Amino acid sequence: MIHYALIFAFACFGLALLMNLYRIIEAPGVGDRILALDTMVVNSIALLGLYGILRGTTVYFEASMLLAMTGFISTVAYTRFLLRGDIIE
Amino acid sequence: MESIGTFLPLIAMMPFVGALFPGLMIQAGRNVCAMTAAVPTILAIIMLTICAPAVLDGEVLQFSLPWLPSLGLNVNFFLDGLGLLFAGLILGIGILIILYARFYLSRQDPMGQFYTYLLLFQGAMVGIVLSDNILLLLIFWELTSLSSFLLIGYWKHLPEGRQGARMALTVTGMGGLAMIAGMLILGNIVGSYDLTVILENKDAIQASPLYLPALLLILVGCFAKSAQFPFHFWLPHAMAAPTPVSAYLHSATMVKAGLFLMARMWPVLAGTPEWFYIVATTGLITMVLGAVIALFKDDLKALLAFSTVSHLGLITMLLGFGTPLAAVAAVFHIINHATFKAALFMTAGIVDHEAHTRDIKRLGGLRHLMPITFLIAMLAALSMAGIPLLNGFLSKEMMLEEAAHTVWAGSPWLVPALATLGALFSVAYSFRYIVHVFLGDVRQDYPSKPHDPDFGMWAAPGFLVLLVVLIGVLPAVAEPLVRTTAGAVVGGELPYFSLKIWHGLTPALFMSAIAVAGGALVLSIHSVLAPRWDAAPRPEAKQIFDAIARTATVFSRWLTDMLHNGSLSRFAAIFAVAVIAAGLFAWTGGEAGPPVREPLEIAAVPAIAWALLVLCSLGMLVFHRNRLLVLILMGVVGLIVSLAFIYFSAPDLALTQISVEVVTIILLLLALNFLPKVSPKESSPGRRLRDGVVAGAGGLAVAGLTYAILLGDFAQESISAFHLENSYSGGGGTNVVNVILVDFRGYDTFGEIIVLGIAALVIYALSQSVLGGAGGRWLASGELDSKKAGDRHPLMMVIASRVMMPIALMAGVYIFLRGHNEPGGGFIAGLVVAIALVMQYMASGFAWAVARQRVPYHTTIALGVMAACFTGVGAWFAGRPFLTSDFGYVTIPPLEKFELATAMAFDIGVFLCVIGAVMLALDSLSSMARRAGETVNQLPMDIDPARRSVANATDKMAVAAGKEA
Repeated sequence: MIHYALIFAFACFGLALLMNLYRIIEAPGVGDRILALDTMVVNSIALLGLYGILRGTTVYFEASMLLAMTGFISTVAYTRFLLRGDIIE
Repeated sequence: MESIGTFLPLIAMMPFVGALFPGLMIQAGRNVCAMTAAVPTILAIIMLTICAPAVLDGEVLQFSLPWLPSLGLNVNFFLDGLGLLFAGLILGIGILIILYARFYLSRQDPMGQFYTYLLLFQGAMVGIVLSDNILLLLIFWELTSLSSFLLIGYWKHLPEGRQGARMALTVTGMGGLAMIAGMLILGNIVGSYDLTVILENKDAIQASPLYLPALLLILVGCFAKSAQFPFHFWLPHAMAAPTPVSAYLHSATMVKAGLFLMARMWPVLAGTPEWFYIVATTGLITMVLGAVIALFKDDLKALLAFSTVSHLGLITMLLGFGTPLAAVAAVFHIINHATFKAALFMTAGIVDHEAHTRDIKRLGGLRHLMPITFLIAMLAALSMAGIPLLNGFLSKEMMLEEAAHTVWAGSPWLVPALATLGALFSVAYSFRYIVHVFLGDVRQDYPSKPHDPDFGMWAAPGFLVLLVVLIGVLPAVAEPLVRTTAGAVVGGELPYFSLKIWHGLTPALFMSAIAVAGGALVLSIHSVLAPRWDAAPRPEAKQIFDAIARTATVFSRWLTDMLHNGSLSRFAAIFAVAVIAAGLFAWTGGEAGPPVREPLEIAAVPAIAWALLVLCSLGMLVFHRNRLLVLILMGVVGLIVSLAFIYFSAPDLALTQISVEVVTIILLLLALNFLPKVSPKESSPGRRLRDGVVAGAGGLAVAGLTYAILLGDFAQESISAFHLENSYSGGGGTNVVNVILVDFRGYDTFGEIIVLGIAALVIYALSQSVLGGAGGRWLASGELDSKKAGDRHPLMMVIASRVMMPIALMAGVYIFLRGHNEPGGGFIAGLVVAIALVMQYMASGFAWAVARQRVPYHTTIALGVMAACFTGVGAWFAGRPFLTSDFGYVTIPPLEKFELATAMAFDIGVFLCVIGAVMLALDSLSSMARRAGETVNQLPMDIDPARRSVANATDKMAVAAGKEA
């Protein structure tokens, strides 16, 4: 059962990545692109978790933890750049 | 004799250690400075004297210390007769020169520098003559070239001095390069770089097909150093140096280094026709040519310089004859020439010092004004001419005797005739030195009224002339030294010889008589010959040298400009094409094996990731002028690459990539702030097409290569298995990646963190210098002011980053501690902590964060490097090589058994270095945006939550004011 669930989940998040990319390349504003990248990071964290379940190992959890912890920082930096120009004022 | 042997490295080291002090002691006065320079020399002489009796008894003292034994490079010294003679000359004349220079240098000359250079040179020379390892010898050889460059160019304000120094360095340096090649060949033939081993392998060397190339290369080095034809031209130009330097380097020591090496290699290289024809012929040409030119030089030092060239040629010729008796004569003449020529240079220096000119045409009659100098100069010059009862006569007789029965290419008279001609001109210029400078009437038009100098200045040449007379009258006093030295040169038994004045009516005596009579005759018609000589066309060495140097400069500038004219795309294109061509060449060599592996099946999600990578790359190509968009696409690529590392079972790399990605984006955004947001079109369509083709080819080539390597087998067996096997047993960790970093390849990592630290410091230095220059003015002009929307330090972000800080630090500690056994380690932990710190900078601003940063990042880098270094040094105390790691298991009762490894201390070094480097780089870039007069926030955020009521009140007032308006 878990097998089919995994396949479904992989399919969903894989598709999500592609849609994120579409939003990055084709978007009304830069803000949308930055948000799409951020969503992509979130989706990646999910994929890492799924991959861990598939392989039955916890060795990838640190990577997803690190992504969760630092991934949003790039987003903040892009946004600060957009709004203020100088990201460290 | 082991105990005496330990003096040898001390003798060689003494001048180098001593070189540190004169520059400091000059503060205490010129006398103290000179004495400071004399002390190490005297100590070295004392130690040499202790060694001397044993050597004169025929012993060979040795000292050996492995340095890099795997390369054949060892600190081996040995002292035999030849080494003793040269070390004695170098140190003995060295002490006289130190005395002489004290009085010669004027108050304006920086005396501390002079003695430092002189001692450096002295140490290098002593090193050459004591080395028992040819690689060590080569190091000292190069050191003499460098230190003599400093000495010749000592008077930096004189263009001749600088040009002469450059010419000397170029010629002797290129000779040194040839010498290195020759020595390496020699070492390869024998299979050892130890001189004593090489000297025992005469047959192997002379039978080798590489004998001739090795001989030629070594001889080029020797000839360049000893100013032999056609490399003789640098020596006269080096005469721009102060006279003590000329007396030391260019009469007694450095130019003799080439002779020393020929003598040293004599047992294995000499005795073949090649040796005879190359060395003896070169020596003969140099001797005659130098003597003829010397006669027509009006500058005292130029005359002496060419006479030195001539006498060096004489010694070279004797060594070239290849017979033991000729070697004896060569050794004897080395001693004699050093004594009379150093004395002559010093008298020339005295004349220059007192009369303020060295031009022979403006001198004459000095006999009455400077009687002491005249006496010294006359005795030394007569010795140079080869007049009986002076030491020059003895060795010149021996030279003529050897020349008299040397057959050159079937002709028995050529060598004797030319040798006599050389001797004849030698007599002529020696007499000229006496007659045209000291004899004749006293003149009234000297630039300065000359008189004898103080005792200190003529003491050194006076002492040397005493030796000249002593050896000349009682040759037997020099016999033991000559015998031991010649024995060392020949490397075996010497035939019978005795040094005496009267050998009977030999051919040599007649040749000598012809030379003296002819020399006097030539001098008497000098005034007739000189104008014709000056009018005769001849090549000017300096002009030729300058022309060659200029051509080389023009060529290299052309080549550099062609390859690298400052345009990055041009340089990248040339580089890419070259690499592709090299790769194609290697590929067509057929070394690559056929594919042996099946490609893996392609799963759906990795295929999507691949598609993302490709699409993003294409996207970057299309949108590359919009720089922010490209940065966002780069973020995607970084993310996918991190995922790919996970997928291909490289969690360490994935962790690193994730954290590096964040830092990279922040750095690039900081930099982008100063750059145009849109790249302008700069190249023509044709050029863009060309660059596109090159880039496409490069990309395809790399992809193809990767594909081939992934499917093929390694040509060599992979070392992965070794690392996997030994990681736990040898390094105490189960995470092989980390054990490789901190243990197996710890030395690499050590170098890398140093490079990382240097890179960060360079970024800091560059940004500081930009701020001080035009860039800083541009920044201050406020052109950078971009849109300033939103809050400067939003409350939400400040709170979030404060909360994140301890969590991130904890994650950093966790990643660091587990690194040895699970994915993680100091590098990743350093990046994570750095990211946590950057968060605070972004949230509350640069000034606020810096005010709370107590340890400067420079210090963090230094601490990191030092931690790693001391960990490595710690291994020495356990008697093991640098960076050998150790580990053990410790049990503290409430805890489980855990491991402690020295690698962890090393990893702390890596950790600190990474934090310091990343933060310093960010700090430097963001500090560029600082401008003078900008308000610095004292509070962490724009809004002060504690003073809400006041803030509300002002808001209300503002609203009220708006309404009223």
